[in-house]
Amino acid sequence: MSEVKLRPPSIAVTKEEYKQLTEKLSPKPTVLKNVLSAFIVGGIICSLGQVIVNFYMNYVGLAKTAAQTAGTATLILIGALLTGLGVYDTIVKYGGAGGIIPVTGFANSMVSPALEYKREGYVFGVGGKLFTIAGPILVYGIISSIIVGLIYLWIR
Amino acid sequence: MLNNILPAFLVGGLLCVIGQLLMDLTKAKITPAHVLVGYVTGGVILGGLGLYEPLIKLGGAGATVPLSGFGYTLVKGAIEGAQSGGILGVLAGGVQTAATGIAVAVLFGYLTAIVFNPKG
Amino acid sequence: MLNSKRAGNQTVVFKQPPVILAGYNVVGPKEGQGPLKDTFDMVLKDNYADEKTWERTEMKMLETSMTKVAAKANIPLDSVNYNLAGDLLNQIISSSYAARQIGLPFIGLYGACSTMALSMALGAMLIDGGFASKVLCSASSHHETAERQYRFPTEHGNQRAMYAQWTVTGAGSILLADQGEGPRITSATLGRVLDYGETDTNHMGAAMAPAVADTILNHLQDLNRQPDDYDLIITGDLGTVGLQLLLEVLKRSGLQLSNNFSDCGTLIYSSKQDTHAGGSGCGCSAVVLTGYLLDKLKSRELKKVLFVGSGSLHSSVSSQQGESMPAIGHAVSIEMS
Repeated sequence: MSEVKLRPPSIAVTKEEYKQLTEKLSPKPTVLKNVLSAFIVGGIICSLGQVIVNFYMNYVGLAKTAAQTAGTATLILIGALLTGLGVYDTIVKYGGAGGIIPVTGFANSMVSPALEYKREGYVFGVGGKLFTIAGPILVYGIISSIIVGLIYLWIR
Repeated sequence: MLNNILPAFLVGGLLCVIGQLLMDLTKAKITPAHVLVGYVTGGVILGGLGLYEPLIKLGGAGATVPLSGFGYTLVKGAIEGAQSGGILGVLAGGVQTAATGIAVAVLFGYLTAIVFNPKG
Repeated sequence: MLNSKRAGNQTVVFKQPPVILAGYNVVGPKEGQGPLKDTFDMVLKDNYADEKTWERTEMKMLETSMTKVAAKANIPLDSVNYNLAGDLLNQIISSSYAARQIGLPFIGLYGACSTMALSMALGAMLIDGGFASKVLCSASSHHETAERQYRFPTEHGNQRAMYAQWTVTGAGSILLADQGEGPRITSATLGRVLDYGETDTNHMGAAMAPAVADTILNHLQDLNRQPDDYDLIITGDLGTVGLQLLLEVLKRSGLQLSNNFSDCGTLIYSSKQDTHAGGSGCGCSAVVLTGYLLDKLKSRELKKVLFVGSGSLHSSVSSQQGESMPAIGHAVSIEMS
């Protein structure tokens, strides 16, 4: 391939200089505000989870583990509903990680693509897209748990 | 009963703060999806080291609701599987314990996607 | 070269500058609540506008602006020679469907957010070159169709960076003709693709500023003009951060700048609407041109405007593969006698 002679860019800034300029002029995230909101919103969702688990243990009479599973399932349902109602993205806009980290955020990441790509059909749209964002979570969670389990076996 | 709500608030809030800092202070390449994968894997590792159980004793739902709690569930199942069934137990254990959660997510996710429409 | 209309390296000067007979635009509710709300011809009540999918809404918006601009210019649509249009979606499907409805010979264009300026430059060349007497130039974007294709599902929770921009829901068309009354396109500078290494697809202003600066510098150099020769130099959608970067790069490249620079993306939303760095998308420059700018040209409040479209030419796949974002800027000068 022969060397192509191109007229160089007319701007008097190198890529390195431009990168520094971009760094300097780009507004930074409002970390303090975000951290405070994440603390409050995340705290509220987890408190709600605790209230639900308490309810299952004391009013429904479930054992501790069963109550925790039922609690998680209930939170998943709540996250899914709030996503369907179009509310959950607003919760994350203000609460950031407070809305992303709890299991309700996991529900949102499953429901939102399924909802979005429904127009592309029920098999590939809804069925296929349920795991777009949740997929990596399951893949890495399962693989790492297998690795730890095998290490445990090997140590024993 | 009511006195486990405040610890849940504090522990849950703090775990989310760590996630927020990771999202805000790292390069744009590290997306929330990366942070979530980190959380579930972190829950597996901490659970395997026996460090997550005390966090649950302290914060209850504050430790089980964040996604690291899901990682803890997976590794607890894998270790119990190891104890009872060797290698096959390890392979099946994690997924078995998490099965209810996964099934519920699939079911509710599908139903919600059918009933509602995105609003934008 | 015989009968050359070329000036310098990248610019063409029109011997009989084509006239912008009329402009028409359709915008979404968010734009209709912004500072330019009185300059829009049609504001939709929501982002669906009674269509089943957002893609159909965008197609309908384009079809509407194309048919209504001809009516506004008092020109029968079937007397138009070419339909030039483009949008952000894969295979520019909104423009193709709209073109199907309009039925004119269709030239589909992809310039990302610079499509409006690109279509105007090409439309003017077709007319001044004697290949057409009337041309339709259009561009559109829709916030939800762009989000679901390039970024995240619309109900997915995420926090946007402070330098991120909001894709405008809007479609704009102009009717360009070889004779008539109105502002005229006097010259066009087609840009070349510049890539200064930006990989963050949320930071489009930073990706586009070098290419836009390059086009502006070449335009001024080719025509031996100064920035002050224009009442206004307005870019498409650099946004607040991108505009600052542009001015700094131009300054370092030796231009004497005064206060006549602006950007469509910074005008279309107010800070109360919390879009962070302003508007973006093909529709952004299209609806600001066809409303706000044309109004000010017709009233002679502005007499000489340099309209510089800015486009980031990445794809949803290229960014996932970690590639940087190539960008481009196209400039057309519009003058009112």
